[in-house]
Amino acid sequence: MSNAVIVMVSLAGGTYVLKAFGPLLLSNDRSLPLWLKRFATLIPTPLLAALVMTSTITNDDQIVVDARIAGVVAAIIALSKRVPFVFVVIIAAAVTALWRLVIG
Amino acid sequence: MSELIAIRRKIRMQAISVGLAVAPFGAAFGALCTEAGLGTWEALGFSSFVFGGSSQFAAVTVLAEGGTIIAAVIAGLLLNLRSLAFGVVMAPSLQGSLLWRALTSQLMIDEATAVGSSQESHALRRYGYLWAGLSVFILWNFMTWVGVALLSGTGTLIEDLGIDATIPAAFLGLVWPKFSSNDHRKLAVIGIVLAFILVPFVPPGIPVIAAASAVIFLRPWRDRDHNE
Repeated sequence: MSNAVIVMVSLAGGTYVLKAFGPLLLSNDRSLPLWLKRFATLIPTPLLAALVMTSTITNDDQIVVDARIAGVVAAIIALSKRVPFVFVVIIAAAVTALWRLVIG
Repeated sequence: MSELIAIRRKIRMQAISVGLAVAPFGAAFGALCTEAGLGTWEALGFSSFVFGGSSQFAAVTVLAEGGTIIAAVIAGLLLNLRSLAFGVVMAPSLQGSLLWRALTSQLMIDEATAVGSSQESHALRRYGYLWAGLSVFILWNFMTWVGVALLSGTGTLIEDLGIDATIPAAFLGLVWPKFSSNDHRKLAVIGIVLAFILVPFVPPGIPVIAAASAVIFLRPWRDRDHNE
């Protein structure tokens, strides 16, 4: 099995446990402890923010500054102007592509 | 009765809208898979069996950046922790046989929970959950396939078209609404700083997992109301 398949199967299994825990095991009136709910709502923010950083300025374990930064800056501007999500992604790609074409 | 029909139509429109909104992500995920060297079936396997947008991106990004299997799985699972909370929220509206609950649980994602939990009655919550979940599931998998099919074997096309920049842009779009809260802005900055410091010193994927520890700075075990 390739590494990708191992990751896919493990992640799918683990994710399913998280998804199905409530519907399969909880009756109407029981719920998770409050602190666990808080962790669950807070964790995605630093995780996603870190992913924005790594997918913008790293390759493997190196900091690499390239045209992706231009695309992400454009995305930040677009998001702050409340541009719909679909266009934010397209703008990021277009600016990055243009940057590579013109500047290299 | 006609009022119910109108409400249901509105719910179906919401469901299709959220499906269309995530569709470009699906194509971006397909492209990412291609970039990371995954085949069509592996990409579709992620999109149907994992079926959790940001976690799929995270796991495959960690792999693509040369991270270990364990780092990729943990990064993905941490992003899906919220499905546990969603399941608790939706459970009362998803009553039914064990098999029914087991099958419908696979749709426990942000969009299904968002559309479902904003309805009034249990029946409508279930209706919204199923419609939004299925709408996203179908479009997400179709667009994953489109992304792989259009972008595989095309050499530098991903970089020429700037598609590598769609991944940070997509993550940013996902996290952006959270930035209206002070706590979440703090979390984002701490997470980025932690990850940035760690990048040169630890294997790829670990900085992202470490970033999750930013939440301890907010001391979420304390009894106080967080502005979400």
